[in-house]
Amino acid sequence: MVPISITVNGKVRKAHVEPRTLLVHFLREQLNLTGAHVGCDTSQCGACTVLIDGRSAKSCTVFAVQADGSEVVTIEGLAKGDQLHPLQEGFWEEHGLQCGYCTPGMIMSAVNLLNDNPKPSEAQIREGLSGNFCRCTGYQHIVNAIQYAAAKGGR
Amino acid sequence: MIPITFDYRRASSLDDALKALAASGGSAKLLAGGHSLVPLMKLRLSEPGTLIDIARIPELSGIRDKGGQIEIGATTVHHAVATSRLLLDRCPVVAEAAATIGDTQVRNRGTIGGSMAHADPSADMPAVMVALDAEIQMQSAKGQRTVKAGTFFQDLFTVDLQPGEIITAVRFAPVKTAAYVKLYQKASHYAIVGIAAVLDVKGGTIQSARIGLTGATTHAVRLTKLEQALAGAAKDSVEKIAANAGAELQVVNSDIHASEEYRRAMVGVIAKRAVLAALARG
Amino acid sequence: MASSPTLPKLVGSRVKRREDPRLIQGHGTYVDDVKIPGLQYLAFKRSDIAHGRIKSIDTSAAEKMEGVEAVFTGKQIAELLRPMPIGTPFPSPDHHAVAIDMVRYAGEAVAVVVAADRYIARDAADSIVIDYDSLPAVVDAEQAMQGQPTVIHEKFPNNIALGPIPSGTGASPDGKHLDDSAVEKAFKDAEVVISQRMYNHRLVPNAMEPRGVVAHYEPGRSFLTMWSSTQNPHILKSMIAGMLGLGEDQVRAIAPEVGGGFGAKINIYAEEYVCAAVSKRLGIPVKWIEDRSEAFVATTHGRDILCYIDVAAKRDGKVLGIKMRLIADIGAYNMLLTAAIPTLTMLMANATYDIPAIRTTLTEVFTNKTPTDAYRGAGRPEATFFVERAFDMLARELKMDPAEIRRKNFIPKDKFPYQTQMGAVYDSGDYEASLDCALKAADWKNLLKERDELRQQGKLAGVGLAMYVEVCGIGPSATLPTGGWEHAQVTIERDGRISASTGASPHGQGNETTFGQMLADQFGVPIEHITIHHGDTAVVKQGIGTFGSRSQAVGGAALHMAGTKVRTKMAQFAGALLEAAPEDIVFESGKIMVKGAPAKAKSFAEVASFAYIPVPLPAGMEPGLSADAYFEPTNNTYPFGCHIVLMEIDRETGEPKLRRVVAADDAGNLINPLIVEGQIHGGLAQGIGQAMIEEAVYSEDGQLLTGSFMDYALPRATDFPMFEMHSTYTPTPVNPLGAKGVGEAGTLGSTPAVVCAAVDALSEFGVKHIDMMLRPEKLWRIIQGRGGAA
Repeated sequence: MVPISITVNGKVRKAHVEPRTLLVHFLREQLNLTGAHVGCDTSQCGACTVLIDGRSAKSCTVFAVQADGSEVVTIEGLAKGDQLHPLQEGFWEEHGLQCGYCTPGMIMSAVNLLNDNPKPSEAQIREGLSGNFCRCTGYQHIVNAIQYAAAKGGR
Repeated sequence: MIPITFDYRRASSLDDALKALAASGGSAKLLAGGHSLVPLMKLRLSEPGTLIDIARIPELSGIRDKGGQIEIGATTVHHAVATSRLLLDRCPVVAEAAATIGDTQVRNRGTIGGSMAHADPSADMPAVMVALDAEIQMQSAKGQRTVKAGTFFQDLFTVDLQPGEIITAVRFAPVKTAAYVKLYQKASHYAIVGIAAVLDVKGGTIQSARIGLTGATTHAVRLTKLEQALAGAAKDSVEKIAANAGAELQVVNSDIHASEEYRRAMVGVIAKRAVLAALARG
Repeated sequence: MASSPTLPKLVGSRVKRREDPRLIQGHGTYVDDVKIPGLQYLAFKRSDIAHGRIKSIDTSAAEKMEGVEAVFTGKQIAELLRPMPIGTPFPSPDHHAVAIDMVRYAGEAVAVVVAADRYIARDAADSIVIDYDSLPAVVDAEQAMQGQPTVIHEKFPNNIALGPIPSGTGASPDGKHLDDSAVEKAFKDAEVVISQRMYNHRLVPNAMEPRGVVAHYEPGRSFLTMWSSTQNPHILKSMIAGMLGLGEDQVRAIAPEVGGGFGAKINIYAEEYVCAAVSKRLGIPVKWIEDRSEAFVATTHGRDILCYIDVAAKRDGKVLGIKMRLIADIGAYNMLLTAAIPTLTMLMANATYDIPAIRTTLTEVFTNKTPTDAYRGAGRPEATFFVERAFDMLARELKMDPAEIRRKNFIPKDKFPYQTQMGAVYDSGDYEASLDCALKAADWKNLLKERDELRQQGKLAGVGLAMYVEVCGIGPSATLPTGGWEHAQVTIERDGRISASTGASPHGQGNETTFGQMLADQFGVPIEHITIHHGDTAVVKQGIGTFGSRSQAVGGAALHMAGTKVRTKMAQFAGALLEAAPEDIVFESGKIMVKGAPAKAKSFAEVASFAYIPVPLPAGMEPGLSADAYFEPTNNTYPFGCHIVLMEIDRETGEPKLRRVVAADDAGNLINPLIVEGQIHGGLAQGIGQAMIEEAVYSEDGQLLTGSFMDYALPRATDFPMFEMHSTYTPTPVNPLGAKGVGEAGTLGSTPAVVCAAVDALSEFGVKHIDMMLRPEKLWRIIQGRGGAA
């Protein structure tokens, strides 16, 4: 067991973990932050996406020990109290989700996307989502949701 | 989804990492971004006894001008490469290729050194490094060693990296008239065929060319016959010259996504596109 | 009384979803989020060969591992579970939840471990060593039908699971009497005959949430609670109870948030039975969560139907008859509905056309592949693909416009209800209106011009058009072993809020919203005052589940009926309070009042309260405001539409790219057009995905070569242009809502439309048909004249 200290959604979390513990399992099992989901085992679907030190990452492809000393933001840390993040608002307004399984990862990826490019074109949005799979929506309403958030200047 | 157990050690400096590597007696693997290694470990296709995490060693990261050459530290992530002002200005092909790797999340974690060491036959960056005739810089307890990318990549997932050695950086002379073009495998987004064309152009004529190929062979290689044929060629003859570029390859990969015959033909098509794109930067 | 704002009518408007706040904040509870004290983890050891005899299983290392609670082989599981039941009336080989002596596909479970956490469970499963006698595998249905090189189930010679069974013109429903004269005459009278072998290839459903189960048997109270990522918790409850020897009163099944299903979560799986049996045997709660690579082989696949089609026609384009010989590769075993899926392909062979003579025959074949079952569309996309491709070929042969050949053959709108040759009765339809809607939206003439201009620039461009009609709103009870009704309950709470439950178990369909809209309108209350319960058999007393685009058409209808019953009773209470006749009572904006006398009103909550403290109790009434309803449909619904695409193919690489996708869909009345749009988008993506990038490929020795997202292309955002959405509205008379169902529609027309466009784009190379998927190399070979067209 290895001691780690990770700031998750603004709170310092100290724990002892097996080195092989994946960050996504640490978040889900030990911190009970179950918003990040596991949708594949080849580091592709993006359902587990969180921000590590401000950039999007697939938490299924990072060991918790690697994140020791880092700041992690999960979907649970995005809203400010009752105030939804503009992207969360966009996904709601534009019906950007159906089963909701890919949604937390999709939104966290979109946070990274708008941070890098606050006014993305449709093509840039689609390109920016290539690390996130959705089987329900055909992506169109997701594109609309991100456009909605971008129009509100939301990051 | 779940790797076997291993020991983890975070290295604080290059020396520290070298010592840990030596101490492991060969059972250790280096971990930087982990985006080649961790997926393999999760499928239990790789089962190292120890991981030495080199991601936070300051001197291994960064993109710098070194006396006119550009040096990229081994743990520099693809995103940093793809968005580097220095590279976009002086050697855009490297940024361009980095931007086609995986997806945003992968580029945020995956490193150039990892791509080099892993040497996936369809990885993008090796093609660019062989075309740039880049140097791969390595460090071990015995000292520094440098090899050219063209000899570094040896076979399928096999490179000239000795036990106890750590890749510290890649270094190359920047070339503006260079481009990377890739035919995507639709599932993995790896290259079915990827070509990096690096040209020396004068007055609309190609003086010399270096062409790096990935996806079609066991490891990244140069298309030397094509390079010779392109030397002295004008723009309007590129298509004809490149069309048969695949013919010079002895063995070409074949899988469910693309047969040998198709890949061989695509080497010509993508080579043409890469050369024309490089010329357009002239 | 404070005046309340007037509430808008919600049915028919784009109400944003009530499910979303929890899901966009990471607060949804999926199976893997369920935690119970003492929970242990279950993992399966699976066969890595496709066909073989198990010589020995060595579990000793696993048993010794620290943290391992128990290990079970197939033999030990068989002591707890008899072979698994299926839901179709056809003969079927024994199928053990865990293989005992033979494995018949790569991925079949051969042993089970239970351990303290999922990491140890994986270590333990990996440590099990199995020695096999390998047998030859067969992965091609036509080869398997020859009984070569292997017979998979002893009692099924030549690997034939079912058939050949005939259907259509002159065939009695039991298949015993067959009169081919009409079909033969059609082909004798034909001036042109189109014949083609077409393959609707195998797909992996890939809901983003892999399956998962938590089973918690409490020995003290002899009660099993089960969470499962399923589309039909009530069927799960019944089947688990039956297999475990428990009463249905002793089992509670919960489908929590379910991360997509697409038909692959209808089946009641081995893993569900095993988790329940192991929990009961050990007396502890257990959890199993499927890895994606496990899901690729252990969750049912879809499609995989081969068709030899012949179309007889006059030179003016009038189709006289169709023959379809169908061969379905169902994989290694029959699952819950496996055998029934290809029968839906037969049922829909009439498509949207008035065809006087049709003969279909169906043979279902075992192979050493993962079993098939429902996948979005389930049998109907296959029928649509075969017929629409054949019509397109006919149009090309006759040099007719693809739209006009369809128009020439449509079932006219005044012929509904229409009895098809295949035994279906289409409820309602106006196919010409749908075609015209799509043609107008696509600007057909200019679209063809655009295509021709692209061609003049040297590009390979093509347009494709396809009509579809599908059978939805699945029931009635005669067609399903579970019953084909749906159940709902509506309760007005004492405080005037509304609790309702539905047996339709959503996994992305948005029932909490659409059903809330319906009740809000029915009772004139804000939608925020309504809670829709689903997916928990302890709360939702009865139900069937969600599949076959039935939520709204059957479940919604049941809810409407239950709501009507409660409303009628509430009007009686209100009538007593307001001294008015119940039929004069109106519900509006949170008030209940007398028609024409708005001053005579009570608040909705006041009437609700009175119903529970009825002093004095009106004569002849019982207290309370709650009712259930079962809606048994008299027929299916038959939504339809037209999809048009414009495609460009890279002449050098063969890569296809969609430039436009136009969809005109008719699902009858719409409760929520926003949700309907989302459903169609998703269907289009899967339909286009099948045509262009998705394909399950097996090696000759039965290994799934596309066993991960590295090789099986799941469509990404970059794979699509913006879909252009249009609608016509032809209500169904089958249910009181006039709604037909829309969950699968998008997968129907899009697939053949895409292939028609590819054939059109490559027509200069003389190609007549291209089998899916449209792998760039395949198209490149056509362009290069190197063969490999069909």
